[in-house]
Amino acid sequence: MNDFTTWDIVRNLLLAARWTIVLSLVSFMGGGIVAGILLFLRIGSSRAGRIFVQGYVELFQGTPLLMQLFLAFFGLGLFGVNVPAWLAAGLALILWSAAFLTEIWRGCVESIVRGQWEASSSLGMGYVQQMRHVILPQALRIAVPPTVGFSVQVVKGTALTSIIGFVELSKAGTIVTNATFQPFTVYGLVALIYFCLCWPLSKSSQILERKLNVAHRNH
Amino acid sequence: MSLIEITEVKKRFGSNEVLKGINLDVDPGEVIAIIGKSGSGKSTLLRCINGLETIDEGSISVAGAQLLPDELHLKALRLKVGMIFQQFNLFPHLTAGRNVMLSQMVVKKTPAADAEAMARKMLERVGLAQKFDAYPDQLSGGQQQRVAIARALAMQPIALLCDEITSALDPELVNEVLAVVKELASEGMTLLMVTHEMRFARDVCSRVVFMHQGRVHEIGPPEAVFSSPQTPELQQFLGVL
Amino acid sequence: MVYAFDYDWIAQYWPVLLKGTAITVELTLVGGVLGVALGVACAWARAYGPTWLQGIVAAYVELIRNTPFLIQLFFIFFGLPALGVRMGELEAANLAMVVNLGAYSCEIVRAGLQATPRGQFEAGASLGMSRLQTFWYVVLIPSLQRIWPALSSQIVIVMLGSAAVSQIAAEDLTFAANFIQSRSFRAFESYFVATLIYLLLAILLRQLLRGIGWTLFPKRAAL
Ligand SMILES: Nc1ncnc2c1ncn2[C@@H]1O[C@H](COP(=O)(O)OP(=O)(O)OP(=O)(O)O)[C@@H](O)[C@H]1O
Ligand SMILES: [Mg+2]
Repeated sequence: MNDFTTWDIVRNLLLAARWTIVLSLVSFMGGGIVAGILLFLRIGSSRAGRIFVQGYVELFQGTPLLMQLFLAFFGLGLFGVNVPAWLAAGLALILWSAAFLTEIWRGCVESIVRGQWEASSSLGMGYVQQMRHVILPQALRIAVPPTVGFSVQVVKGTALTSIIGFVELSKAGTIVTNATFQPFTVYGLVALIYFCLCWPLSKSSQILERKLNVAHRNH
Repeated sequence: MSLIEITEVKKRFGSNEVLKGINLDVDPGEVIAIIGKSGSGKSTLLRCINGLETIDEGSISVAGAQLLPDELHLKALRLKVGMIFQQFNLFPHLTAGRNVMLSQMVVKKTPAADAEAMARKMLERVGLAQKFDAYPDQLSGGQQQRVAIARALAMQPIALLCDEITSALDPELVNEVLAVVKELASEGMTLLMVTHEMRFARDVCSRVVFMHQGRVHEIGPPEAVFSSPQTPELQQFLGVL
Repeated sequence: MVYAFDYDWIAQYWPVLLKGTAITVELTLVGGVLGVALGVACAWARAYGPTWLQGIVAAYVELIRNTPFLIQLFFIFFGLPALGVRMGELEAANLAMVVNLGAYSCEIVRAGLQATPRGQFEAGASLGMSRLQTFWYVVLIPSLQRIWPALSSQIVIVMLGSAAVSQIAAEDLTFAANFIQSRSFRAFESYFVATLIYLLLAILLRQLLRGIGWTLFPKRAAL
């Protein structure tokens, strides 16, 4: 009863890959927004805020994403509602991405040399003005390559949402495998599709990084 | 009345007392050179005057206003006193012109057109009128330092603090920066500069301050300080140079 | 209805959790050691190997770094038998982790090697060391020292990623949590406890790696 053609397989996988893309975009952008808020707490003057964000990052970088997905799925379930997989998946991935992006961006802000803070201080700028006009514009520039690089981790991270039942590329791979009994071909194709999504991102991150380094050497 | 009054200023980093009671009054239009061994506290003193470091004891006042460590007082102080750094510290993401315009616009809320006119005037004054649109990494060290001076001048300070502003420059670029400073001095700008350029100090300054171990060890007009140093420390310092 | 958290029942499942933890630790140790070894070998091949080998290694690294670990695992466990390569869950899990960490550590080590000045190599050669000796003492050890922090965090990431091996029924910590929740119907608590154990493992692993770094590269000042 094996009447799947290779084309059928590919078509099904590609259709499911749409959800991988959507989930990746949502997680990456949502994570970026949350990370923006966390970043301000992290580098801000409130001690409590800094400690909170440190703990947050430690927690999300020190536990498996898979566990975070389970906890989001069953944790939301505790509120008595029937939790759709996409909701738990999106929530966990956003919080997880936020932790990593916060750390990446903090590194960028802290890599801006002290002289920039001092020069802008000596010109009479306040904290917010320094951030807005001097520090963030520079930090943003150096943040682009590692941020693009991290988007690859997000795309790959979405694969784990298949385990809590979100039907994206990996889940589709399992479903199609069960129907066709061709795991070698199917998982090979799944890997290929992931590669096509991720490789351009990896490559552009590398190219951006190299450009930035060249620009820096001109100083 | 003195323009800058520094009274019994003490500054500690942890248990390390870097300034041990500094007294110094600077009159309007004075050009003061601060010399001394590495680690004697020269930079720390300038940074205290600009509020980049908070002082532990004593007081500093500029044009009659006390230096207090809150945002409002600091901002008022920094509008009166500009600072130039050894490492230029230009904003690398902005052109020379924008570097000079930025603080006018965000701190003083000067309209862009006026800020630009001022920026052009100040760049002209340091001899860089044609570099308005150049980015810092397209300028030589000497040019960058002159932009930094223009940037500070655009805030129309009544005094400038200069911390070894030629030390990071190649020897052939030192003079173009010193020429600008000399010009400022002759126009009556009050200057406090940490420097290793002894000849410049001798030619341009009204007084020389020799710092040693966190204290003003010797002070006087350049002829006196350089020709007949009183203390063995200063004699040794000038001797080893 | 207020959901009541309750952890007393977990006591009876400690043996299961411990066994799962032991397997996660075993996977991490094997994966860590062999993965880094593979990474070093690949980095060497990319830097000094024949052109064809450089190409193969580059393709391997790009392929692994741009696909999810879960799919690599499925490919090895479900896909490879089609080629006659059959293995148990644990072997597949181990292999997947080694292959995965190998690719990442190859890139990390390579970055370290590139930061080693060319002159160092020649200096070693001029002292009469063999090519391999020079590589080992003059290039690799200083490079490893430089990239040890990056390598350490990658090993932690791989340890946390190993949670996915439960999906091919390798009986690791996550598998244990799955098992417990299916018996106790207390899903959230089961995963919560497992998460805490993972957190503890991550903290311990980080300390362990830091300790290894200190023992392997005692003289920081050398660089
Ligand atoms: N932020 C700081 N934290 C701790 N110690 C500091 C700090 N800044 C300066 N110091 C210490 O204060 C002392 C004086 O430093 P300062 O920079 O004022 O010396 P200086 O006279 O400017 O020397 P140089 O000629 O080398 O610039 C030094 O011993 C230095 O180590
Ligand atoms: Mg100094």
